[in-house]
Amino acid sequence: MARINVEIPEPLQPLADGDTTLTATGETVRAALTECGQRHRMLVQRVLTRGGVLRPHVNLFLNDSDVRAVGGLDATLQDGDTLTVVPSVSGG
Amino acid sequence: MSFESRIDALRREIVEIDPGEARALSAHGAVLVDVREENEIARGLAEGALPLGRGFLEQRIGPAVPKRDTPVLLMCGSGTRSLLAADALRRLDFTDVRSVAGGFERWKEQGLPYAIPEAVDAGARERYARQLSLPELGAAGQKRLDNARVLIVGAGGLGAPAALYLAAAGVGTLGLVDDDRVERSNLHRQVIHRDDRVGQFKVESARATLAALNPDITLRTHNLRLTRDNVESVLGEYDLVLDGSDNFPTRYLLNDACMKLGLTNVYGAVQGFEGQVSVFKPAAGPCYRCLFAEPPPAGAAPSCSEAGVLGVAPGIIGLLQALEAMKLIVGFGEPLIGRLLLFNAKVPRLRELKLARDPECRYCAPDAVFPGYLDYQAFCGGDSCSGAAHAETADV
Repeated sequence: MARINVEIPEPLQPLADGDTTLTATGETVRAALTECGQRHRMLVQRVLTRGGVLRPHVNLFLNDSDVRAVGGLDATLQDGDTLTVVPSVSGG
Repeated sequence: MSFESRIDALRREIVEIDPGEARALSAHGAVLVDVREENEIARGLAEGALPLGRGFLEQRIGPAVPKRDTPVLLMCGSGTRSLLAADALRRLDFTDVRSVAGGFERWKEQGLPYAIPEAVDAGARERYARQLSLPELGAAGQKRLDNARVLIVGAGGLGAPAALYLAAAGVGTLGLVDDDRVERSNLHRQVIHRDDRVGQFKVESARATLAALNPDITLRTHNLRLTRDNVESVLGEYDLVLDGSDNFPTRYLLNDACMKLGLTNVYGAVQGFEGQVSVFKPAAGPCYRCLFAEPPPAGAAPSCSEAGVLGVAPGIIGLLQALEAMKLIVGFGEPLIGRLLLFNAKVPRLRELKLARDPECRYCAPDAVFPGYLDYQAFCGGDSCSGAAHAETADV
């Protein structure tokens, strides 16, 4: 079971009790997000649909890579990995 | 020791090579460096030569030739100053320095290729002196800036700093799109406007500032909101687009139009203390839709007016966009194609992420046939995709 950091962008931090980084455990990205969802349900609902699919206006990066390029939500995690949530923002 | 004795001594110590041999070596990894003065180089520069000059050679050689064991071939007018330059590089621990015997004059006599470098006029030499002296830019880069036509969409938090620096740098034609008027609440971040212009159209306010900053460039203002009906006629006048818009409909419209027209889009967006920058270049990397296939549901991504923004944050992101635009125009550095730069002002931190191209993207996949423009207001779920009721749990 890998222990990873999940970096939360500012717009979603209110849904993570104000935290900028969460720790999560799991063998895969999906498992780690599911674990996060047990503590921060609203946060994970902003990332995944009810059907468990990554929302089209949010992107996930495993370390420095787009998660879709490294196996998607089933990508295997290693201890110390960083999962970064990147939402679309429109401000200019 | 007399100057002549010194040169004689250097000729015994430093390998001299024929111009033809220099050309052959430079084609196989050696770096040919011209140490003549600017007025001499204006009469011709050997193909492949770096015009570093003699005065700042020791300062400029490091960035130009990072590895000390790279063969460096020094060239001057007739082969004397190049010996002194080679000696100077030896003292900086360059291990393989050679002097081109006969210099540029013999290069020409042997019929080897050379070009007359781009030159700038006296006014430009004075105005852009500090960037002209950068080898990565020089007169050729300045000419490229002068010939560039850049459209900045949005004269707001991102567009204001970007426009100021691109105008100052000498982008020859700068277009601005915006249909808003200046409000006092804009001024903490939209530094191109002024308090006494509150109520004016933003493009006119921006034009006044930019014209005062650099009267040598052409400014075009488009006092309108981009729509699928006018986007191609507006974008068609430009070579490069900088997305400084503040709403999702415009961002998706711009992306789609840039992909269709083959225009590179320098993307930036901010919220609060954070920002994003990337470069979407058709055929070379992913597009905005590869990053975010669809906009968020209404209310899930509040605008700056709702969520707030630190004025410095769009300032930094807008300047990073201006930097990317300059890199693309001039051709130095590594543009953020296929990469996303995230900025967090609180830490502060810049982080680079690798973007993946969506192989099924309808707008940028290699075999994609442009599917047509959308009703972007409807696509984005409302007037601006922002400001509607919160809908964080809606499935989209």
